[in-house]
Amino acid sequence: MSENVVTVQNLIKHYKDVKAVDGISFAVKRGEIFGIVGPNGAGKTTTIECIASMRRADSGSVDVLGLDPVKDSIVLKRRIGLQQQESEIQDRLRLWEAMELFSSFYDTVLDWKALLKQLNLWEKKDSFYSALSGGQKKRFFVAMALIGDPEIVFLDEFTSGLDPQSRISIWKLVKELRDQGRTIVLSTHYMDEAEKLCDRVAIIDHGKLTALDSPSNLISMHGGHIRVQFDVGDVFDGESLSRLEGVESVLNDGNVCTLEVSASSTIVEIVKKLDAMGQGLDSFRIEAPTLEDVFLNITGREVRD
Amino acid sequence: MKSPFIAVSKSEFILYLREPSAFFFTLIFPLLLMLLFASIWGNEPFPGEEFGYVDFSVTAFMGMVMVTSFIMSLTTSMAAYREKGILKRFRAAPVTPFSILMGQLAAVFAVTVAGVILLLIAGFAIYDLKFMGNFFEFVFVFHLSAVSIAALGFIPASLAPTARSGEVIANIMYFPMLFLSGAALPHSMLPDFLKDISLLLPLTHAIKLMQGVWLGGHFWDYPVHLAVLIGFVFAGLFVSVRFFRWE
Repeated sequence: MSENVVTVQNLIKHYKDVKAVDGISFAVKRGEIFGIVGPNGAGKTTTIECIASMRRADSGSVDVLGLDPVKDSIVLKRRIGLQQQESEIQDRLRLWEAMELFSSFYDTVLDWKALLKQLNLWEKKDSFYSALSGGQKKRFFVAMALIGDPEIVFLDEFTSGLDPQSRISIWKLVKELRDQGRTIVLSTHYMDEAEKLCDRVAIIDHGKLTALDSPSNLISMHGGHIRVQFDVGDVFDGESLSRLEGVESVLNDGNVCTLEVSASSTIVEIVKKLDAMGQGLDSFRIEAPTLEDVFLNITGREVRD
Repeated sequence: MKSPFIAVSKSEFILYLREPSAFFFTLIFPLLLMLLFASIWGNEPFPGEEFGYVDFSVTAFMGMVMVTSFIMSLTTSMAAYREKGILKRFRAAPVTPFSILMGQLAAVFAVTVAGVILLLIAGFAIYDLKFMGNFFEFVFVFHLSAVSIAALGFIPASLAPTARSGEVIANIMYFPMLFLSGAALPHSMLPDFLKDISLLLPLTHAIKLMQGVWLGGHFWDYPVHLAVLIGFVFAGLFVSVRFFRWE
């Protein structure tokens, strides 16, 4: 078991009357990709900001790399990198100038030229910041988060508004960062992203932590049933399949029959049974539950508003 | 190790050069005003004195350049940075408010020196400006004045939440200083009660101190002006660093 690099205990943060974070506790292990997922307004950003020394919690304790984000702010910021959702740099600063400027704040830095190349921004290095597109700005802030050679990288909603290609290239980068031994804490409201990328996922809703585990464990515990949907090319009554072990429900809709099953071994039995009945298949689809289903089952609603 | 302060001043200076409109008020406007008044009053020695209008007023225009840089420019740019989330990005990096403020100050200080040199060139070339004091003493009081006004400017620069409010606060500070401190209008022309009010403004003390040394006095002849200016340095630094707002 590797050491914890972030420990949050009973974190509470209010904004005026709104309780943004309501008693969250968790720990992040060194070298993992830790995801914080939940809908907009769930408290993801506030949680990250309290850890990354951007905000002072109302109560609770936060320990990052053995440091207190409030008291040891500057020392801590030398060792972490934060990509924020809403921040800017000066419009009339060229990218290379901004990279040089922010490099000067850290004792050890990564080569910003390599970073810009990796994030497909090299040909923009002489452009003004204001000339970047939304997606380019987003990627640029990822580069800014990495410039100080951080031990922990915080990426807040790091792919929202990005085109699919950029998303995939940033996913690749995040995995490389992990393979270099860095710890990544990211927030997203894309469940597929969290499922593909994260070693562990914390689900946050209304400022509370509702579940925390690896995506596969979360899915097997809270994901619900596997859906099997097939079309035999003719009107079919699936009732005869309901007696198979592991079949939880059957829904007939003309040619299409949809079953919910609790174990993947049942799928084999279904196919065998269909074969024994002499049925051919026009289509056969298996839909495994995803983190999206986990969220729905835990909170009772869709992740997107 | 690289210095955040030097890097911030460098980038701020570059940004300043890319925003030419700021030049007018810092470099050109005080110069035009000095030339305007000088064309009216000339620089013939006043009766019974060795100095004339331009000799007497050039330090007031230096004060005007300082206020434009250290109060107007500093406040409006920091307030805009705050509103746009630029300070928020700085905050995520290991950099202190003090480094950011001092970096900004260094950049506008360079422009201030340029503005003062323009005033001096015009004064010497056109009006046969006379410097009657000790050079090193003047350099000292000039810097003290600059730092004092800058420290006062740090307060709105550290607190103004939006670009608009920054502009309003800067204007509220700028215009009374401009008219009451002897920068735009000779202090001696003011009625007594306005003179009293003007003593509350650091610019009045800065100009009187610089004027005194320029015309041959010594800085130790002006303990009150010195004390007020030094007091503003500490008060301004304390308030701005203690209550600095990132967002």
